[in-house]
Amino acid sequence: MSKVLLQVEDLRSFFFTRKGVVKAVDGISFHVNEGETFGIVGESGCGKTVTGLSILRLLPEPAGQIVGGKIILDGTNLLELDKKEMRTYRGRVISMILQDPMTSLNPVFTIGNQIAETVRLHQGLRDEKVDEEVISALRLLDIPSPEVIMGNYPFQLSGGMRQRVVGAIAMSCHPRLLIADEPTTALDATIQAQYIALFKDVQKKTNVSIIFITHDFGVVANMCHRVAVMYAGKILETATTREIFKEPKHPYTSALMESVPHLGQKSGRLYSIKGQPPSLRDLPPGCRFFPRCPVAEDICRQEEPSEIEISEGHFVSCWRVK
Amino acid sequence: MATTKIVDWDKLEGRARSRRIFFQWTFIVPVAVLLIVVIMAIFAPLLAPYPYDQINMTDRFMPPFFMEEGSTSHILGTDNMGRDIMSRAIYGAQISLSVAAMVIAITASIGTALGIVSGYVGGRTDAFLMRVTDISLAFPAILIALLLAASIGPGYWTVVIAISILGWAPYARLIRGEALKLREADFVAQARIIGASPIRIMLKHIFPNIMNPLIIMVTLSVGMVILTEAILSYLGAGIPPPAASWGNMVNDGRTYIDTAWWISFFPGIAIGLVVLAGNFLGDWLRDKLDPRLRQI
Repeated sequence: MSKVLLQVEDLRSFFFTRKGVVKAVDGISFHVNEGETFGIVGESGCGKTVTGLSILRLLPEPAGQIVGGKIILDGTNLLELDKKEMRTYRGRVISMILQDPMTSLNPVFTIGNQIAETVRLHQGLRDEKVDEEVISALRLLDIPSPEVIMGNYPFQLSGGMRQRVVGAIAMSCHPRLLIADEPTTALDATIQAQYIALFKDVQKKTNVSIIFITHDFGVVANMCHRVAVMYAGKILETATTREIFKEPKHPYTSALMESVPHLGQKSGRLYSIKGQPPSLRDLPPGCRFFPRCPVAEDICRQEEPSEIEISEGHFVSCWRVK
Repeated sequence: MATTKIVDWDKLEGRARSRRIFFQWTFIVPVAVLLIVVIMAIFAPLLAPYPYDQINMTDRFMPPFFMEEGSTSHILGTDNMGRDIMSRAIYGAQISLSVAAMVIAITASIGTALGIVSGYVGGRTDAFLMRVTDISLAFPAILIALLLAASIGPGYWTVVIAISILGWAPYARLIRGEALKLREADFVAQARIIGASPIRIMLKHIFPNIMNPLIIMVTLSVGMVILTEAILSYLGAGIPPPAASWGNMVNDGRTYIDTAWWISFFPGIAIGLVVLAGNFLGDWLRDKLDPRLRQI
């Protein structure tokens, strides 16, 4: 049994807006083991990104606030750290990759300069040593001729190459946890596959734990050891990737699976879940998925189901599952 | 089979080369103009044929040398008190340039600092700083300058303070807008992710990215400051006579514009040239500072 690196307990992150409180993340719990890739899947707006930002404590304040829960990394509750201590965690212990590689690099600095910033910030090295670290970070992400790339500006690189550079920045201080927020969404299919293979390789070399946020089950199958399925700010099902694909227990999970086209599928319309996810400002009582659920019962309308463990490590929140 | 020519390679290459040459002209000419003016200012006592305040009532209103009654003893003519225009213009460069440099240094630094803090920090800080900016913009600058001149007496520092005291506000406004935009940029989010402090983000990630509008603003201010100084001189709140600044020279000649145009004309040309050179240099710098254009 591998060691737990990150334990998130009952995390609640709300946005306080003029129109009301948006419960973007409403009491979720999960853990990530060392050297493991944990996927968070869900529709857009279900709270995936907010979960990632909450772990780094980078919600856009003052609107976004973590109102409850615990985020325990290696025995330390991140929510109890002061601002300065939290900064020493960012980039050094926890890192994050954003979705769009075209805009996440500073246009006026060279690649080398931007990676060096992270290294200098956290490692306090002399200049020659900094260069070495920069080159080794670029090598880790399999970037060809790092000495040349170092002197380039972001606009001189292709999208795929930029996303690798973003990866190199994230990995430059050897973090223990990497949060990847849809890092492949902006890339085309072939580059996507390369990038995923690259990350598996990086993980093998560094034993970094990865939280992989995505809406793509194909990526999950390829990349993740375990998955959580999120819906309207809650986790509905958590299991190993194998189990989720083999035996999805929650009706939402099965519905999601069915709406992905399969090879050899007979022609006809692709399945889609009817209706829209509920507004996070005005959640229905009972189960959040019940208005769209094909197998809903009376109880689903009245009471929210609690999470139960149906087999080891497989958690489901649904009245239909016993 | 004859190949179709899709692009005329030689022509394109030629155009690229000529663009490079033009690109250098836009640098060399304004730099030369500014350099000449700066040298004139520094070595004024050596270059000027007469002292700037030497009055010679017998030689009043002498036209420039190329006109009928002109003489080479006063190449650009003399003013209403017989003072040599060229000498005064050379000395005037000292005051006009140093006022402009001083005012811009003060207003640009204060305005940029406040603008970045206001835009990046946001919230109440932003609201407070922007109200102060609004108030500064609403005040009539000339009135403040007159007030200052009346209370501390006219002089070089009065002019500098009078122009600076409200001059930072447009900078703060412009820079705040840019900072507000950059605050939401992904690379700023990325900087937060790697654990950069707010001060570091403002200095290293926001500031370099607002250089372009800042430089344009600075180059445009050169003319504005020199002209404001001229207005203040006219109202008696500027550089007091007999000292020469381009601004008060233009104003000295205003009354005689139909009979002795040269009194205003030559300092006016000097102002025009410096303003134009500043604008050209600003353009060139903007292109140079933008890494995207650096290779073209």
